[in-house]
Amino acid sequence: MSTTPKEDLGSILGHFGPYGGRFVPEALIGALEELEAAHYTAQSDPAFVAELAELHRTYTGRPSIITEAKRFAEHAGGARIILKREDLNHTGSHKINNVLGQALLTKRMGKKRIIAETGAGQHGVASATAAALMGLECVVYMGEEDTKRQALNVARMKLLGAEVVPVTTGSRTLKDAINEAMRDWVTNVETTHYLLGTVAGPHPFPTMVRDFHKIIGEETREQVLALTGRLPDAVLACVGGGSNAIGIFHRFISDPSVRLIGLEAGGDGVETGRHAATITGGTPGVLHGTRSYVLQDANGQTVESHSISAGLDYPGVGPEHAYLHDIGRAEYRAITDEQAMHAFALLSKTEGIIPAIETAHALAGALQVGNELGKDAIIVINLSGRGDKDVQTAAQYFGIPLD
Amino acid sequence: MTALDQLFVKVRAENRAALIAYIPAGFPSQAGCAKVIQTFIDAGVDAIEIGFPYSDPVMDGPTIQAAAVTALENGTGAAEVMSALKVATDGGVAAVVMTYWNPIERYGVSEFAKAIAANGGSGVITPDLTIEESASWLGATKENSINPIYVIAPSTSDARMPKVTAACGGFVYAASLMGVTGARNSVSSGAADLVARIRTTTGLPVAVGLGVSTREQAKGVAAYADGVIVGSAFIKALQDAPNEEAGLAAVKELATELAKGVREGR
Repeated sequence: MSTTPKEDLGSILGHFGPYGGRFVPEALIGALEELEAAHYTAQSDPAFVAELAELHRTYTGRPSIITEAKRFAEHAGGARIILKREDLNHTGSHKINNVLGQALLTKRMGKKRIIAETGAGQHGVASATAAALMGLECVVYMGEEDTKRQALNVARMKLLGAEVVPVTTGSRTLKDAINEAMRDWVTNVETTHYLLGTVAGPHPFPTMVRDFHKIIGEETREQVLALTGRLPDAVLACVGGGSNAIGIFHRFISDPSVRLIGLEAGGDGVETGRHAATITGGTPGVLHGTRSYVLQDANGQTVESHSISAGLDYPGVGPEHAYLHDIGRAEYRAITDEQAMHAFALLSKTEGIIPAIETAHALAGALQVGNELGKDAIIVINLSGRGDKDVQTAAQYFGIPLD
Repeated sequence: MTALDQLFVKVRAENRAALIAYIPAGFPSQAGCAKVIQTFIDAGVDAIEIGFPYSDPVMDGPTIQAAAVTALENGTGAAEVMSALKVATDGGVAAVVMTYWNPIERYGVSEFAKAIAANGGSGVITPDLTIEESASWLGATKENSINPIYVIAPSTSDARMPKVTAACGGFVYAASLMGVTGARNSVSSGAADLVARIRTTTGLPVAVGLGVSTREQAKGVAAYADGVIVGSAFIKALQDAPNEEAGLAAVKELATELAKGVREGR
């Protein structure tokens, strides 16, 4: 659990260089300060650390395994491809790491109600799961458009006892679900914790959510060293808000030989304007309480994002990624819908693993990077989620009839 | 001294509260907004708050959200905000702009403050700019002699409150309740307590916003506050009217009533 100062470079009072910070209504300041204090106290409280570790071991199924993808690797220039299997976690993605941590903090703060936003539904499902486990009331805000794209996850959340509120404002996607959750929080902050699902939002969220996900990179580093005897050449992850990416990157930031590559959702192609590649195609600005890269117009209005993947369909990105990009420590590339769906099908057919469409963006990146680095390279991919929820979208995409 | 500062000197001398009315630039249309502003002035509104419509207004309830969508569809940007501001200040009233932070950052922080001053504006209300992130903005507002106006919430702690009010100029915006903008059946009883708490930290005027929509409510708030801010009620009057003419008539009637209310409180 050690964090060297170098890894926290720039993280002073919630800032990462010029990014991060706190841009919120005054009504929320008290709650953010309370949360920040609760988080830092918990991080150094052995009882909290032990309780979370026990949940990881007996509920989530940590440590998650690594799998070498040999047949997939034949399409990636013959490089060694290693998958970090966050898809095997309970609820099917990395999201559970953060949710369990924040749900424990909610109880420590004496609050009985959590609210959450969700795009693909993975964070909503994870939040509903943690709420059921810990006896908390749970309301999930989800863009109406996404409730249609991800109907199965809506049903899962309801089965878990959560209330799902379809959001009909704006673009009716993740961005608007966050707006609505913020409005709920401003009104009910006394009783309610906003269980934000990514490394964006006002301080302490980017730092706290990273702290709950950095276990991914800590496990990966040990596992890859044990398997291969050396550090990987590159670590890849998809980036929407950026939580799974920061989770696997963080432990490697102080290993200069390891390239960190984030794959953003290129939609129809960044040049078309119909994409969600915030770092590749955006500019610095403030959205949802933090300064980072934002897809925006000349007046500072947020521009709607587009991606086949509901979980990456967000016009902002975590501030730590903006910082890692600017200082050159991490690279960010855009992967189109078409490239992602090709990689989705390829992993399914070569490895018998159906990935989430979000994760497929990282797999498509690995096909590029593997061919660039050649067969001696070791590439690690954070397999952040499984694709069960995407079967309908994928069947439609590939023209598989569903009766 | 800005027109806003002069206004509060005047209403204090008259032993009453000021009526501050909100309208987003570009709503219900660019020309319609100018007519609303003139109607405000004719009906006795003391100061006007021009809203910069924003795509992600997390402090606003459904009424102002819908108005922002309309205003954005009408092509409203910084240029339209500045011209609406000028309509108000040319009409002889104090005027400020209310905007979320990103449009200011995108425009350029010092350029925005300069443009506000150039159009006769007295200040800017920034509902999502925390004092911790305000260094460049406080420099820019000082340099251009306009007022940075911050919101105080009922949840603002006693320890924090003097830091926020010390950063304020013109007036302190007291949010009457925990929540988003929108008309309510009654003004939170906590508002008077909040104003009293604010007054222990500053000699600046204090204006109360969130939830005021009737003459009775304005009268009640005017008993203890220096300003009464009304937004959603005007927008709702415009949205509910069958046409623009009827909407303006409804705005005039409401503003006239509210102007009486702020004079009856003490």
